[in-house]
Parts: sequence; C-alpha cells; structure tokens
Amino acid sequence: MTEEDDVQRELRRLTRRGFITGAVAAAAAYGGYRWVRSGQRVGGLEWPLRRVLQLNESLAEAYFDPKRLSPNFRPSDITRPRANGHIGLVADVRPEEWRLNIEGGVAPVSLTIDDVRSLPAYEMITELRCIEGWSTIVKWKGTRLVDLMEKFPPADRIDYVSMETPGRAYFVGLDLASAVHPQTLLAWEMNGQPLNWHHGAPLRLAIPVKYGIKNIKRIGTIRYTNVRPADFWAQQGYDWYAGH
Amino acid sequence: MTAGFSTRLPGKWNRDMRLVKKHPLAIRWFHWINFPLLFLMIWSGILIYWAWPKYGFFAIEQTTWKKLGVNNRLAEGMALHFFFMWFFAVNGVLYVLYTWISGEWRELVPNRHSLREAWQVVLHDLRIRKEPLPPRKFNGAQQIAYTSVVLMGVGSLLTGLAIYKPVQFAWLVSLFGGYQTARLIHFWLTVGYVLFFFVHVAQVVKAGWNNFRAMVIGYEVHK
Repeated sequence: MTEEDDVQRELRRLTRRGFITGAVAAAAAYGGYRWVRSGQRVGGLEWPLRRVLQLNESLAEAYFDPKRLSPNFRPSDITRPRANGHIGLVADVRPEEWRLNIEGGVAPVSLTIDDVRSLPAYEMITELRCIEGWSTIVKWKGTRLVDLMEKFPPADRIDYVSMETPGRAYFVGLDLASAVHPQTLLAWEMNGQPLNWHHGAPLRLAIPVKYGIKNIKRIGTIRYTNVRPADFWAQQGYDWYAGH
Repeated sequence: MTAGFSTRLPGKWNRDMRLVKKHPLAIRWFHWINFPLLFLMIWSGILIYWAWPKYGFFAIEQTTWKKLGVNNRLAEGMALHFFFMWFFAVNGVLYVLYTWISGEWRELVPNRHSLREAWQVVLHDLRIRKEPLPPRKFNGAQQIAYTSVVLMGVGSLLTGLAIYKPVQFAWLVSLFGGYQTARLIHFWLTVGYVLFFFVHVAQVVKAGWNNFRAMVIGYEVHK
C-alpha cells in the first residue's frame, strides 16, 4: 500500500463525512423552516413568526424612551400628502354630528369637535412612514392625546388605548407608552388646512412613533383598557406593535 | 505558501499528493449557515419591496409581480424578515468575532498589495494576462471582495436598524441622510449581495471541485 492510497482513503473519508454532515444540516434547516411555516396561524401569521414579532416588541418596549422624538422638519420639507386607505371613512363628513366618545374613564365622555379643538393645540412637522415603504413629511396641528387622557383619565390602571372609526370598520391598538408619547396628537389640521375626508376629518391620530397603519383617521371612540386591543392590520398578519 | 500543512495527517503525504487544511470548521459553518439566511433575507425583502417598488431600474409593474406570484405578501415578508434577521445578524457577528480572535482576518483583510493584485486577477480572469494567480489562500481580489461583503453586512444591519426603529435610532437615520436614503442604501446593498453571489458562484465553478470541496470538508488536495 502506497502513501498515495492512504491520502486517497483519507480524502474519501473526509469527503463522505463532510457531505453527509452537510446533507443532514440542510435537511434539518429545511425541516425547521417547514415547521415554522406550518405553525397554526395567529392573526394570519404562523405562531412562531407571531411569537418572534412579540419578542421583538418586548425588546422595542424595553428600549423605548419617550424622550426620543421623531425628528422635526422645516416647513419647506413638507411633501405632497398621500391618502392610502379609506376603510371606515365617509365622503359626507358632518362635523356637527360627529362625536368623540371616550370609554373606560370614570364616566363616559362624548365630545364635539369644538370641545376637542378647545384643548391646548400643538404643531409638529414630522415624517409619516407607511408600512409599505413610502413616507411623507406632514405638518400636523392637534392636541396631545396625553393631555386628553389627563383631562378625562382612565378609571383603572391601563396598559393600552384602543381607537376605532364610528361603526368600527377600522380599529387600532396602542401600547400606553406610545399613546402618551409627547408627539402623539389628535389632529384636526394637516399642512395648515382642516383635514379633508381622505385624511380623516374631523379628527385623526398623528403618531410618528408608529407606522402609518396606526395613524387612524376619523376617530369615533377612544377606549382605555388593560386588555391588549384588537388591531385591524394585526389581524391580517402584520405586527401588532408596528412601532418606531 | 501560507496555507499550512495538514496537522491531522502527519506523514500521510508524499511529493505527489497531499491534503492541506484550508478552511477552519467554524468558518465553513458560518459560510453555509449564511447562505440560506441571506437567501431568506433577500426573498422576504423582495416581498416587502413589492409594496412600494419604486427604485429606479428596479421599479417593477404590478402585473409582473402578479405573474411571479409575489404580490400581496407584505405582512409575510416583514414577519420573515424580522424573524430571520436575528439568525443572520448573530451568524455574521460570530463570524467576524471568530476571524478576529483566530487571526484568520490576516488572510482576509486587504493589504497594500491587494488592489494591484486584484487588478492582475481581473486581467487573468479575462484571459488578458497569462501568468498564474498567486498561490495563496486568498488573492487580492478575494480579500477585497470578502472584506467588502462583510462591511456590506455591517451596512445592512445598521441601515436595517435605522429603518426598523427610525425614532429610537433617529441619530442613525440622520447619519445615513434620512429615512428614505437609509432605506435606499439598504436596498442597494442587497443588489450588491446578488451581484456578489453571481460572481462568487462563477468563480467557484471556474476554480473547480477541489476548491469547492475544501469549503465543505476543510481540506484541499495539493499535487
């Protein structure tokens, strides 16, 4: 037996071992992927994917700092607005008939648009980032949700705030920290004009710490709750938190 | 010759044929784990890109997306992206740590000769230059390519973090020149990976079986 035969034998052994290990690893990886994708669906998403979104949410909530603000832009940075969703909206806006209901407070509250507009007003020029990828720079005018919540406080300790359009065609759930963020506004003006119906007249949410999907238009009801609220897009496979 | 002799096969070689250790076990695992992860990140990224496919040459019509069956899968794409990002990032960080601690980086990081050598490699591959390639583990072109792709990975993680949490990491967003610019960089880095992939596979095919097998078994046959 020559030394070259030894080398050949060793090479065959290493090759066999290496490629068998590789094949087993590849099969395990594929099996793992199939297992993830065959999980029972929770809100339109396989549960392992949903679980990791929730883990990501826990990390994001732990890192969240209300002192970190969405950058403010100059008036010259404002871009052409884009309306990208009309669920729960009506063209025939009748502001005088509209009411903002607050549930979960010490007593039910029903406010007219003039009641809301009489609250302290703030302006900000921030980026509205759509989950689709585009973004616009918008000037908002409205009152802070946190101010409204202080004026009409929850009856109990709460973890969440939910909002819905009249008739609940569209609804969002918000974690408390994002709801009371200083840049979370109930807005009635956009780029210096009263909101039109495409953008949620008479009152909508401007919440730059969230994707556009959470910036609910034509708010009918605000509800304080300690139960994680349902969310329109989170029921269709999207991240419930959707936070920035 | 910088590639060492086999430590596992003392005396089992002769003038004619011997086995030489080329790629450490850890590097081989990092490499092959990264391959499907990068694929999944790109695939889920395409599902995300569908929702707003507006980037210049890559502006793709909705009819084309429908034909390819990758329309209306944004939620799925995001969930996959934010699932596999952890594996992709951890594998990449461990790879960098390993190359750093083990000293493998010395073979990978370009030096002052790499650029000139890379040019010679290009001329060689285009069959303009006849002289053989340097008989080292990684030539200048490889050093530049492999180091660049790792730096691109760092860029993907940072631009990804910027567009994932643009308020908490607003400083990072402004570092990249804004949310949309960060997103565009994130996209073009991905185009870079795809280009890297095609050149890499072509070079591996060209280099032959012995070279490819070394990335699986760790050893290369030298004659």
